[in-house]
Amino acid sequence: MNPYLPYPARIDDIVIETEDGNLKTFKLVLEDDADRAGWHHVPGQFAMLSIAGKGEIPIGIASSPTEKGHLLFTVNRAGVVTTALHKMNVGDPIGVRGPLGNGFPVDSELKGKNIVIIAGGFAFTTLRSTLIYMLEHRADYGNITVVYGARTPGMLLYKEELKQWQERDDLDVHITVDREAPGWKGLVGFVPTIAGQVKPSPENAAALICGPPIMIKFTMPPLEEVGWTDDQVYLSLENRMKCGLGVCGHCNVGPVYVCKDGPVFTRSQVQKLPVEF
Amino acid sequence: MLPRAGFQQWLQELSGQFEIFGPKKNEKAIVSWQRLEGGELPDMAPGVPKGSIKTFFFPQPETLFEFTARPKQDDSFRLREPEKRQKPRLVVGVRPCDARSVLLNSMPYKEDPYFQQNRQNVILVGLACRNGCSTCFCTWTGGSPVGTEGLDILVFELEDGFVLEPVTERGESLLQKASSARDATEAERQAVQEIRDNAPTSLPEAMEPASQLVQKDLMALYNAPFWQQLSDSCINCGTCTFLCPTCYCFDIQDETLRGKGRRIRYWDSCMFPLFTLHASGHNPRGEKVKRVRNRFMHKLKYFPERFGPLSCVGCGRCVRDCPVNIDIRQVMKELLAV
Repeated sequence: MNPYLPYPARIDDIVIETEDGNLKTFKLVLEDDADRAGWHHVPGQFAMLSIAGKGEIPIGIASSPTEKGHLLFTVNRAGVVTTALHKMNVGDPIGVRGPLGNGFPVDSELKGKNIVIIAGGFAFTTLRSTLIYMLEHRADYGNITVVYGARTPGMLLYKEELKQWQERDDLDVHITVDREAPGWKGLVGFVPTIAGQVKPSPENAAALICGPPIMIKFTMPPLEEVGWTDDQVYLSLENRMKCGLGVCGHCNVGPVYVCKDGPVFTRSQVQKLPVEF
Repeated sequence: MLPRAGFQQWLQELSGQFEIFGPKKNEKAIVSWQRLEGGELPDMAPGVPKGSIKTFFFPQPETLFEFTARPKQDDSFRLREPEKRQKPRLVVGVRPCDARSVLLNSMPYKEDPYFQQNRQNVILVGLACRNGCSTCFCTWTGGSPVGTEGLDILVFELEDGFVLEPVTERGESLLQKASSARDATEAERQAVQEIRDNAPTSLPEAMEPASQLVQKDLMALYNAPFWQQLSDSCINCGTCTFLCPTCYCFDIQDETLRGKGRRIRYWDSCMFPLFTLHASGHNPRGEKVKRVRNRFMHKLKYFPERFGPLSCVGCGRCVRDCPVNIDIRQVMKELLAV
């Protein structure tokens, strides 16, 4: 099998997620039956999205493996390929190469644990995949706590699902925005502040934290205060990538390749690396 | 044993089956990898050609696939495999350091279909080194001037001909086609042994093998004080990475013309700031010192930690052509002293 060849796929649906229009979720369906049947991913993995003539970009898979028949990718418009992607319509052809990377250890280390998901901004995508996977296998995990924040209510992803999750009694969800906003009745405050108020217990627990580096930096002290250690904390790194296979050399952080050895690392693994991410 | 004319005749005979390449002086008297026709012998002066042998295994560029680039049309992104090269290639006059680099690159490229197919289709006929150069240092990095790693055949140049030793089975079967070959005489065998014995195999005085760097603490090497000074003189031109046989990083880009497109990969360099630039504008190796450090750390620490050997064969191209005289041997010494 040639790992450089993308699977042909088609855009089945597009959802504009945020009020600034910069984040869209693309629902993709692989065109060939064999490709669809052969696709297996783990929450936290990513794939290369390919637009013929424009190039490839690595994007985290936002759909859970339990959502069969399609894949979701929530994409921020930033560079050449993402801008081209944002201009595409339902029915347009696209290529998908993957799944790539390691993903969260949902079927090993995380099993049987209390789970704390902490996310900021549009880094919630692979955590959506993880959360839905865990809810589908609810008995495999203890308490699940979610702290998710964005700048404004309009910048939150997956708004409908957030509402549904808040109504569940087997899930502890804290949604926050940075500042007061008209019509917003929920929490107000930065993610680290809210995480400090929630004070999740480190007892038999693991935290999955995704967000801007500054958010992660300030989220750690309140967690450490209540006894969390670095090996309980899972982070997902991102770097510029080309091959996604640990060969091309673009994404290395010291001795590790984000694409192949990651993107998921424990915080204790990350602390041993040079800061090249 | 093949006399000079017999060697030429053998190459001539093989030219039906193979495209033959080897080191050859160009019009500017620079030795580079070129097509050899009609039994022409490669340039056998000491030293390595200007460019790297990686061009045969990791061509500049490699077409990954072709596609129809008509946006929004139904056949867009229906892929076609690139056309296969017609003839296998045979490269003569390959120095053992260069041959060894192919083996080293094959480690990260183990599952790469393009690289591995090129390995299948390229035969390497080596040339043992009788003289070293001021810039070469294969013995520091685990190689040897008479090493056979990566080669199919090793050739020893004697006064009046060549002794050819098969290394692989396919090398052996090619040698059987050499019609004017005869068994080497006792004197010739002795001459070959002399070349072997005279090959410098020891390290310079007081030099620990650079492979020792694997044992050292990664962050201690990373934080060594000399990186800043070393990188001050570097102009990030990327010459070292392009000439280096074991620099194997690449970029992938799409090229389109009138509705037809191809996705290609081509040599890239960790010396360039764009190499790591995120679409957001953030750059994890935005400063020159980080890029210079990354290149050496990859060769001398990260690669050996993952695969075993250093990612350097001591060919000395980077030493020879660096415009500001950065010398990887000096870097090895500094790192060993950390």
